[in-house]
Amino acid sequence: MRFIFKTDYEQDIKLFQHGGAWWSYGLLFAVLAVAPYLIGSYLQSQLVFVFIYAIVGVALMILVGFTGQGSIGHAAFLAIGAYTAAFLQARGYPFEVYFPVAGILTGVVGAIVGIPALRLHGIYLLIATISFAFIVEEVLARWESVTHGNEGMRVRAVEFFGQTVSRDSNSFYFLCLGILVLVIIGTLNLMRSPTGRAFIAIRDSETAAKSMGIDLAKYKVRSFAISAAITGLAGTLYAHKMSFISPEMFTLLLSIEFIMVIIIGGAFGLHGAILGAIFIVMVDPLITMLKDDLPGMVASLSRGFGVGEEGARAVQDRLYAIFSAPGLKGAIYGLIIIMFVLFEPMGLYGRWLKIKLYFQLFPLYKKATFRRQKTYVKSERNR
Amino acid sequence: MSYLRVDNLSLHFGGLKAVDAVSFEIPQGEIFTIIGPNGAGKTSIFNMISRLYEPTTGHLFFEDRDITEVPPHQIASMGIARTFQNIELFDNASVLSNLLVGRHCHSRTKLWQEILFMPNVRRAEKAHRAKVEEVIELLDLQAYREKIIAGLPYGVRKVVELARALCSEPKLILLDEPSSGLNVEETDDMSYWIRDIKSELGITVLMVEHDMSLVNRVSDRVLALNYGRVIAQGTPAEVQRHPDVVAAYLGA
Repeated sequence: MRFIFKTDYEQDIKLFQHGGAWWSYGLLFAVLAVAPYLIGSYLQSQLVFVFIYAIVGVALMILVGFTGQGSIGHAAFLAIGAYTAAFLQARGYPFEVYFPVAGILTGVVGAIVGIPALRLHGIYLLIATISFAFIVEEVLARWESVTHGNEGMRVRAVEFFGQTVSRDSNSFYFLCLGILVLVIIGTLNLMRSPTGRAFIAIRDSETAAKSMGIDLAKYKVRSFAISAAITGLAGTLYAHKMSFISPEMFTLLLSIEFIMVIIIGGAFGLHGAILGAIFIVMVDPLITMLKDDLPGMVASLSRGFGVGEEGARAVQDRLYAIFSAPGLKGAIYGLIIIMFVLFEPMGLYGRWLKIKLYFQLFPLYKKATFRRQKTYVKSERNR
Repeated sequence: MSYLRVDNLSLHFGGLKAVDAVSFEIPQGEIFTIIGPNGAGKTSIFNMISRLYEPTTGHLFFEDRDITEVPPHQIASMGIARTFQNIELFDNASVLSNLLVGRHCHSRTKLWQEILFMPNVRRAEKAHRAKVEEVIELLDLQAYREKIIAGLPYGVRKVVELARALCSEPKLILLDEPSSGLNVEETDDMSYWIRDIKSELGITVLMVEHDMSLVNRVSDRVLALNYGRVIAQGTPAEVQRHPDVVAAYLGA
C-alpha cells in the first residue's frame, strides 16, 4: 500500500500524486505514439473513434458524473459541432478557425439548454434533454439551406495551418489524441479549482451548496456549457472522421451510446470515460461478429454433436435471423446497461480500483469496502 | 448595537403558522440559543435567515443591512455560515474538498484561468488550503483530512460540517442542533469548540439545541419558542424557570 507523505500544499494540487504515475502514463503515451505505425489501418481507425468517444465521455463526465445533471441529448451537441464544422469548411474557413467556433457555438447552445436544468431534476431533466435532441435532429433535417437536409453534407479533409490531414492518416490520429489530452488536462485543472468543487457540491447536496455560497444557476449553466462545448469539439473531429454527415447519424441511439460510455466506464472519474469509450467502440465489431460468424460456428458445433445436416442448417438460419433482426443493437445495449447497473455499478474503472485494492491489501481485502451505503437523512425538501 | 435583528418574522404554510411574528436581536459576540419542542419553528427560522425559505412577513437585518431579499448564495459571502440538523455534507468527496467548498465565497478566480490553471489559481488554492488547515487544527480533524465523507462516523461528520462552516470565515454562524446524535464525550468537545469559536475567532453564534446541559454551559441568552411564537427570552436560568416554558415542555 502506498502512503503519500505530504509536506507541502503543492503536493495536494499536483496532477500526478506520486512518481509511479509518471511512469505508467509515460508508458501509455509511448505505446499510443508508436501504435499507429505498428497496427493496421482498421485498428488505427478504431482507436481514433475511441479518442472521439473519450472526448465526449469526458464532456458527459463533467455534466453527469461530477455535476449530477443527467443528459440524453449529447448526440445533438455532437451534431451541432459537426454541422458547424461542415458549414464553415464549405465556406472556405480552415480547421483552426471553425474548430474553436464549433466549440463556442455548441457551448452557447449548451448554456441555453442548461437553463431549464435549474428547475428540473432527475428523470424530468432527462426528458427535457431527449426532447432537445429530437428538436435538433428535426431542425437538421428541415433547415435545408444550411444543412442540406436529409441529403447530408460532405466534409473534406482537415486543412490545419496549410497542411492537409486526411481522415485515415496518422496525423489525424495524433490530432485527435492531442485534443483528447488537452481536454483531459483542462478538465483536471477545472476539477482542482473552485468551479470543479462547486460541481461536486451541487451533485452531492444542492441545499448545502447554496448555503456555502454557490450560485446554483450559474454553475449548472456553466457545467452544461462546458460539457456541450467539449462535445462540440468532438463533433468536428467526428465529422472529419466520417467525411459525410446527415441527420440520421445523430439519433437517440448515439446519445445512449454516450451515456453508456460513462455508465460502463464508471461515472466518478475521468478514467471511466476512457475505459467506457474503449468498451463502446469494441461493441460494434463484436455485434458484427455475432451476426457473421456465430451462426456458422454454432451450426458446425451442432454437426459435431450429430444433429445432422438439415438440423444444423435450420439452427444456422434461425440464429442468423435472430442476429440480423432490426433493433438488435439497441437490445444488446439495453442488456449491457442493465448488467452493469446491477452487477458493476462502479463500472470498469471501479473494477480496476477493486482489483488494485485487492493486491494492495492482499490478505485483508473485504468486499464491503465498496458497498454503497444507504443514507437515511438526506433532506430533499429544501432544494 | 444589534448584529442580527429579526423583526416580526412569520412563515405560513397555508393555514399553518410555522413561525408567527418572531422578533429578537443578537448583539455581536454573543451565543444565542433557540429552544422549543419539536415543530416549534426553530429550523424554519434558520432556513429563513439563510434564505432557503421566503418569509411570509417580516424583515431580517444583518449588520444593519436588510437581507430579506438577498439570494441564498450571497448569504455566505456576507458572513453568515450554517450547519444542518441532518448533516448536509458532500458525501462522495474528501473532508478536504468539503472544507474547500466552504472557502467558495472567497474565491475570485475566473473560469478560463481555472481551466488553464494559471499561477493566480495555484496561489489561491494554496492560500485556501492554509486557511482550511487552521480550521482542521482547531477542530482536531488532521486524521481525517483525506478521508471520504461516506466512510466517516456520524460524530466526525458533525465536526466536519462545523469545520466547513468555519472555513468560510463567517461573522455569524448558525448551528442547527450541534449535539444531536453525539455521545456525551463528543457533546463535551462540541461545547468547548462553540465557546472557542466565540472567544478565539470572535464569531457570533446562533444555535438551535435540545440538550439543556449544553445550552446552559454555552449560551449567553436563550429564546424559547412554541407553536411558532416566542414564549420566553432571557438568560438560560430565567428561561428555564419561566412558567410558559415549563408548561410547553411538561404539558402542565
